[in-house]
Amino acid sequence: MKRNVLVVADLRANQLRNVSFEALGAARIIADGGAVAALLIGHEVSGLAASLRAHGADQVYATDREEFGQYVPDHYAAAVEQAMEAFAPQAVLFAHSAIGRDVAPMVAARHQAGQASDVIHVELAGDDVIFTRPIYAGKAFVKVNIAGDLIVATIRPNNLPAHEETGALGNVTNLAVRLSGDVSTHVRDVLKKAVSGVDLSEAKIIVSGGRGVKSAEGFASLQELAAVLGAAVGASRGACDAGYCDYSMQIGQTGKVVTPDLYIACGISGAIQHLAGMSNSKVIVAINKDPEAPIFKVADYGIVGDLFEVVPALTEEARKLFA
Amino acid sequence: MNIIVCMKQTFDTEARIVLENGAVKEDGVQFIINPYDEYAVEEAIKLKETAGGSVTVVTVGPARVEEAIRTALAMGADEAIHVEDEAAFGDEVTVSEVLAAVIKDRPYDLIIAGNQAVDDGSGQVAVRVAELLGVPHISTVTKLEINGGEVVAERDAEGDTEIVTAPLPVLVTAQQGLNEPRYPSLIGIRKASKKPIAKVAVAELDLDAQAIARRSSVVEIVLPAAKGAGRVLEGDTGARAQALFRELRQTSKVL
Repeated sequence: MKRNVLVVADLRANQLRNVSFEALGAARIIADGGAVAALLIGHEVSGLAASLRAHGADQVYATDREEFGQYVPDHYAAAVEQAMEAFAPQAVLFAHSAIGRDVAPMVAARHQAGQASDVIHVELAGDDVIFTRPIYAGKAFVKVNIAGDLIVATIRPNNLPAHEETGALGNVTNLAVRLSGDVSTHVRDVLKKAVSGVDLSEAKIIVSGGRGVKSAEGFASLQELAAVLGAAVGASRGACDAGYCDYSMQIGQTGKVVTPDLYIACGISGAIQHLAGMSNSKVIVAINKDPEAPIFKVADYGIVGDLFEVVPALTEEARKLFA
Repeated sequence: MNIIVCMKQTFDTEARIVLENGAVKEDGVQFIINPYDEYAVEEAIKLKETAGGSVTVVTVGPARVEEAIRTALAMGADEAIHVEDEAAFGDEVTVSEVLAAVIKDRPYDLIIAGNQAVDDGSGQVAVRVAELLGVPHISTVTKLEINGGEVVAERDAEGDTEIVTAPLPVLVTAQQGLNEPRYPSLIGIRKASKKPIAKVAVAELDLDAQAIARRSSVVEIVLPAAKGAGRVLEGDTGARAQALFRELRQTSKVL
């Protein structure tokens, strides 16, 4: 069944995130021969439209308003609504990111539509679209079919293949979004935290620490390894509860669920609630003093030893390879 | 101030998932208040303790949910509404329509919910409830203050902190770090047994059957493929570091 599919592009610091291209790949499957459009919401980001066109959007709707420089739920929802009026989609895809997670259910509720969240796989079964998504933070997976005139979904970063670049270039339309004046939530300030520059949910490599790291200072050696590898730094609940790091770094059933190509667990015993958040990583390396630690059961490579010796040795070796 | 908390009972995060006849088996599983909802309950009680008012917990679920309700009441919530009705056990569309219908005719200044549940993890219901009620929402809140008729919230936006204001009434969703939920005291537990739990049936809510019908249907539930045993690297630290990077580059090809 041909469908028009709208992808709401995901931006961070005025750059397109790769998940936008992954969503375009998913959109092409769902469209089943129909048209795929992308919506670019932001301020002074119209230059990114070319990239969306090159990654398979037949049509790009570009907005440019100062108000879109900062995420405000009502503003972004209004932009999506107006792109939907212009394009009449049967499916709308978002990234499962801070913004996508917030706007998607607003749009779904307004259209009384069903939504599949945090999608890691998309396939067609006749006229149905089947979405695969984790439940219990990845301890199991459910395949769901969404019925109705509109399908809404959020796409988990780093799981679906990105739509490859094609020679074909779609049209770009400037969308003059009307904003209602009576918006009730206002962002007064944004405090940027000095976490590593790489975003956890989209990182290809994660270096993660647990209670074994012993202190906030202990994370310095993990940060160092991460910097050489271009990795993000994460933590277990134990490390966060002990105050070694911010909760925004927590990986697990409470916290973030991550699926990087490479996950390096340092001083993490592997409580089941942590394993739920990372065990679907492609390759797992575990470093732990205790050879019986459950983390070794999910690890592809294990190093039994003191992380304060092993991690600096890894950093040194990585420097040789990547310097 | 009248505060409503949307709460869900979930599996304990340490629970293992076992399938039986294609469904997740509940037997022998320990149930808890969804951890994010527990932050919501705690925050509501803290606000009540400083600003006065009442805390009402609203939940949808089978009879076992009463244990979670009693825990919330023992922590300090004043009353609860329990929609114990099969007709309400649908998907996010169903549950949000039911919760909004329960809440809409009650007085409220603030609604607090967890930003997601640790079982389904869809993170939709609270935002949908705000939309259905026509109130603004602030998601993944790590700090909450009430200043007269306005909330000032700090929210976690992928590592950055946004300071967001909104007039009451507003719905906020709790993120980890918002507070440290208390354990119920003995006195709290004793008091909880006398606090009212209103049972509500979907038929009382004047909802259109089509509007609350589930849109999503489960095709299949699967467990992740079991992983083969990994390889423990041997040798001195330097040799192991070398061996690891060789494997990551040549065998796993992730570097």
